[in-house]
Amino acid sequence: MGSRDPVIVGIGLSDYPVAPELDSIDHHALAFRRALADCGLEKSDIDGYVCASGFAQNVDDAPNMAEYLRIKHRWIDGTSVGGSSFEFHVQHAAAAIEMGLCDVVLVTYGSDLLSRAGRMLGTSTFSSGGARVPGPAQYENCWGNVLAGAYAMAARRHMHEYGTTSEQLAEIAVGVREFAGLNPLAQYRDPITVDDVVNSRMIADPLHKLDCCVISDGGGAFIMTTKERARDLAKPPVYVLGAAAGQTHWTISQMPDFTTTAAAQCGPEAFRLAGVTPADVDTIQVYDSFTITVLMLLEDMGFCPKGEGGRFVETGALRRGGRQPLNTDGGGLSSCHPGMRGIFLINEAVRQLRGEGGEAQVPDCEVAVACGSGGYLSCIGTVVLGKEGRS
Amino acid sequence: MTIEGLQETVALRALPAPDNASRHYWQSAADGQLVVQRCTTCGEFQFYPRALCVACAGETEWVDASGRGTLHTYTIIRQNRSPAFAALSPYAVGIVELDEGVRMMSNIVDCDVEQLTVGMALEVVLVKAADDVGLPFWRPVSD
Repeated sequence: MGSRDPVIVGIGLSDYPVAPELDSIDHHALAFRRALADCGLEKSDIDGYVCASGFAQNVDDAPNMAEYLRIKHRWIDGTSVGGSSFEFHVQHAAAAIEMGLCDVVLVTYGSDLLSRAGRMLGTSTFSSGGARVPGPAQYENCWGNVLAGAYAMAARRHMHEYGTTSEQLAEIAVGVREFAGLNPLAQYRDPITVDDVVNSRMIADPLHKLDCCVISDGGGAFIMTTKERARDLAKPPVYVLGAAAGQTHWTISQMPDFTTTAAAQCGPEAFRLAGVTPADVDTIQVYDSFTITVLMLLEDMGFCPKGEGGRFVETGALRRGGRQPLNTDGGGLSSCHPGMRGIFLINEAVRQLRGEGGEAQVPDCEVAVACGSGGYLSCIGTVVLGKEGRS
Repeated sequence: MTIEGLQETVALRALPAPDNASRHYWQSAADGQLVVQRCTTCGEFQFYPRALCVACAGETEWVDASGRGTLHTYTIIRQNRSPAFAALSPYAVGIVELDEGVRMMSNIVDCDVEQLTVGMALEVVLVKAADDVGLPFWRPVSD
């Protein structure tokens, strides 16, 4: 391809999963400094910036953060579509770099969700008596649904249409926990079994506590540039082979098909752009807000036919030593979920492609996919990354 | 949740803030009639109410809904720390598919939540929550 092929050259995570001494802006700054040190670029080299506003009390939208970090950008993007924002950012930044709108793009994220807000995110309704709720939330808030309940309704429908079982969903949590055991920083590291998951407390039927992600503090960053600019940097570049995104709804009650996400569109599109197929993927980093999220995204991207996700995860292909290991850092289910986890997917995919996976390293890892889900299975971004560029 | 207890539970909830598109919908429910929008050009029904038809961008009109539907999917909330709902658990939140073809979120009430099944027939129960807002709850059809 060309000298302006987009590549990822630097990655960094802040301190996670519990960091009470940091506020959300500190997480942005720390992750940024680590990503910069990782690639060896100077701060003054950065001429593009992307930032999605998070859950934080702090003002961390793109223009505020560009000022705070004093990024002198020629190109800026503040797309904020929930946890998958960073997969959307790769798509946008790759296009901007290829077009020559900028040469070095920084993406940052930071959240102090656990230390500042506690564990309420998944199991509370955001407004209460006396308040009046505007916008599309006016059709949902009064019914007392919770975040976990939205995903539970997708899981219920998937079970109804395809016979998917709680045990099959549990298999996903068990496999991801095994990888968490290899990550010294992961929030929960002790091995679990399928029985542990299906016997854990029911939160929102049919999702149990261990079907749900953890709540954490944490932040991340990555730096993208051109293949040409990457030549003399600290580490070999990771190539953005294909990136695509889509949206089917925002609020859960508007989901057109409760068993299918926008990954059914953007998954195949990302693979087509990359010139590879799901069978070519060596490791899968998928947004695991809940076990059902993983199952649906895998089906929709084409790793197995629609409705076969339950049987697919039971094959063990996604486990350590399997054909396509899943969420090798321990995922949001066990390692870290600070509210918008998508930047961790990019970080881990890059780590694997560089061979920096440590005990969790996938052998001969040449192609990785990162697939994020934002909102309520609403906004999906799929990114295919490679150790080598497109031929 | 029983029918008799609904009035008490809605008092604790955050109610909708009616806007230009939704004002008639909530007011009509307060007055005892569930309504939905239908496109005057292409005939598509839609929910939630909007300033245009989402299928063809045409204009919409209000039509009375039958008040019948089926349970498309649901969950049983076992834990909600918010004051309005903490004491109600376990309760059912469902997606109701109206006979008109549109879907809405609601609570499925007046039933044993453990006995709910996808596809079961439902009928609407309108509860006046404020002068300008009625909330459409749904319950299994008893036949």
